[in-house]
Amino acid sequence: MTLLGQFALWLALFAGIWGAGVGLSGRWKGNPELAASVTRAAYGQMIAMIVAALALWKGLITHDFNIEYVAAYTSRNLPTSYVVTAFWAGQKGSLLFWALVLSLFGAVAQVVTSRRHARLLPYVAAITTGVTAFFVVTMLFSANPFERLAFTPADGRGLNPQLQNPGMVIHPPMLYLGYISITIPFAFAIAALLSKKLDTGWIHAIRKWTILSWLFLSVGITLGMWWAYVELGWGGYWAWDPVENASLLPWLTMTAFLHSVMIQEKRGMLKRWNVSLIVVTFLLSIFGTFITRSGVIASVHSFTQSNVGYFFLGFLLTVGVLSFSLLYLRWPALEADSKLESMASREAAFLFNNLILVGIAFSVLWGTLFPILSEAVRGVKITVGPPFFNRVNIPLGLFLLFLTGVGPLIAWRRTSPANLRRQFVFPTILAVVVALSLLAAGMRNGWAMMSISLAGFVLGTVLQEFQRGIAARMRMYSEVFPLALARLINRNRRRYGGYLVHVGILVLFVAFAGMAFKTNREATLSPGETASLASPYGHTYTFTHLGVSQYTALNRIVSAATLEVARDGTKIGVIKSEKRQHVDSFGEKTFEPSTEVGIMSDLREDIYVVYAGSIGGTERANFAITINPLVWWVWAGGAILVFGGLLAMWPGGRPVGRLGRREAQAGFETTLSGPPEPAVAAPVVTGVEAN
Amino acid sequence: MERREFFTSLGAMTALWWQDDRLRDPAAAGALRNPVGEGDNDAVIRSLELTLKCTCGCNLDIFTCRTTDFTCSYSPQLHAEILTHYEQGLTPEEISQVFVEKYGEQILMAPTPVGFNLAGYLVPGLAILVAGSVLAVVLARKQRTLPTTIESPIPDDLAAPTGEDLSRLEQELSEVAD
Repeated sequence: MTLLGQFALWLALFAGIWGAGVGLSGRWKGNPELAASVTRAAYGQMIAMIVAALALWKGLITHDFNIEYVAAYTSRNLPTSYVVTAFWAGQKGSLLFWALVLSLFGAVAQVVTSRRHARLLPYVAAITTGVTAFFVVTMLFSANPFERLAFTPADGRGLNPQLQNPGMVIHPPMLYLGYISITIPFAFAIAALLSKKLDTGWIHAIRKWTILSWLFLSVGITLGMWWAYVELGWGGYWAWDPVENASLLPWLTMTAFLHSVMIQEKRGMLKRWNVSLIVVTFLLSIFGTFITRSGVIASVHSFTQSNVGYFFLGFLLTVGVLSFSLLYLRWPALEADSKLESMASREAAFLFNNLILVGIAFSVLWGTLFPILSEAVRGVKITVGPPFFNRVNIPLGLFLLFLTGVGPLIAWRRTSPANLRRQFVFPTILAVVVALSLLAAGMRNGWAMMSISLAGFVLGTVLQEFQRGIAARMRMYSEVFPLALARLINRNRRRYGGYLVHVGILVLFVAFAGMAFKTNREATLSPGETASLASPYGHTYTFTHLGVSQYTALNRIVSAATLEVARDGTKIGVIKSEKRQHVDSFGEKTFEPSTEVGIMSDLREDIYVVYAGSIGGTERANFAITINPLVWWVWAGGAILVFGGLLAMWPGGRPVGRLGRREAQAGFETTLSGPPEPAVAAPVVTGVEAN
Repeated sequence: MERREFFTSLGAMTALWWQDDRLRDPAAAGALRNPVGEGDNDAVIRSLELTLKCTCGCNLDIFTCRTTDFTCSYSPQLHAEILTHYEQGLTPEEISQVFVEKYGEQILMAPTPVGFNLAGYLVPGLAILVAGSVLAVVLARKQRTLPTTIESPIPDDLAAPTGEDLSRLEQELSEVAD
């Protein structure tokens, strides 16, 4: 099978060379057969990549330990689900996974893209096959997943215990899907530049792709936080690690694009900026891969260091130079169709929102690279960790949260001061009420108070928008509240899905603020002994050590320590934390013992217990106990955010026909869909004034 | 109770106690730990450790590293070193300085905001300020070059439209569409 896999990789490479070579040369113009061959190259490459992937999967499932990758990441007693997902656990397999998914996306883009954009498709195929070919080259010449060993070990090394977690089954592929799907909008942007078709066509063609890749990134980042929280055992979910930062960077620029593209759609402005954002987002996705795989920056998440970093650096520089050169050549053709009419307009608010989003991205990038810069300039190694990132980014993040609330309150084109006052009254009152309530409740942490109050402000804007839309529908169509709400959302899913995303963001900010109040302690307990810890809400938790039991599971020896938990003297349950010593199929110990955290979660706070180890080999044990407020809301915020994104992406619900387009050009965001029930509803009310 | 029976019971109970308390495979439960001391829960020590980096290569601070997974062998030593200095009467700032002298500037989780390091803190904010100012100036200029300003079609003091207004607007828009 490795021969077949190897052969498939070479075929994929040749398909990529053909697709990219012919597609980018433009010789297919006027030659339908040649144009079709470029598209077929994308399909052929996809088939080759599927064959290569199946070959590796077969090696994994059949425990072919003669394959170096299989021996390095699996063992005979590894649970089957982890054997299958070991495909992307290591450097080589994850590169193959990347190329596989990219080739699939490239082929799907050819199939699902409307024929209206047919002229762009050969260019798109050229880009996707070319990028896939780059990954194949990297595999063939630097990190070949089909490399064989000179001997066949009786068993493999097994999978790192920290990767034996359900979160790691789904988190990396989600993040990869996010990174990889960015290639499609990038391909369309470059196709538009190459073909000089710089109207809004390419923007429409990538609408779903951009939201999709933003969704994948969002899910991937949230799952990564969840995995870090439940598996790594340090009581947090974000540590500003370079690899975490690398995943945040394209998310930030993609979020900026999702806002600024609305200005291009409605007003024909920011064409250059939007192309630049897509190119930068793609480059940042490659940069993230470079950081993870090159070892240039130390990270707990990095793959083993290898020379693939040079491949990625070369690719990054080449694509960056070529893309921006092309953008420079087309600069005059990207002139805006209209100009900003007022600083008090939604366009201006979105511009400043973009400025802050890109600014945060820059600050994260700057902080991530600053150690390298410092070493180059001063010759001194420094560390840039959470204290730095928190100091620089918390104020920016709060300003962004404020703008999240401001955007929907301001009309397209221009807003009068009186209208502004009217729009801001309710959200501002809500923010003030929240702030005063927090003060009355005894909160004195300035950043946390600001974060939660601003979240109240944003919530006010969203509630106001929903209330006005629903009220208008109820008045016009005599609909009952639930029906009016459902139809309001259904008529403009993108807009109201976007508002739900804002709700998800504000929930996340509130949850992040909660971590300012975490409390923790360490304790040594013999069975029957207790330790107590006060929670930020004023409760006192008591933990009674019930004992440590040891037993053997499938591929590990488990030492499970159990604590009984009581809140203010009332028993609320037991919590279990484990040490796991993994063994191979011969019973030989493999990795260092790892820790499984015990978590008891509710809406207010998480009790987070880590069994630190045994005293003198007895049941007397050390525990690290942490109370983390509002962590449940991090996952809830992530879920709301993803739900909102899905709603915004769901087909239908857009303005239709000439009228819809005309309104969009006129700066109105209405959702007319024709008789018998034109869904004019609230958007007309707010369309002129508040949209 | 017979003397022999008594000692047999005592022996059995001792064995039972001994067996109960000992783990079957202590090595499987991770490295053996020392009992938690007062310094381990000292808020000052904890705050200080959050600002100092573990030297094991994990990128985490000493407190986080030594309480994460409890497998690192470096962070407990660094923690012990901090405790020793603290017990000797050194302030957190002095301990921090001792660590910088011993391990280099990279031991700090964030660079001291002096000299070149200031650039690390200031450049992002300055970049945003400059970009924002340029953006505001450019937008203001472009705004002024517009030939006419367009008045808002709806007076500021207009109340929310009635159902009748909306129906009329809807009808007129439909006519435009046709």
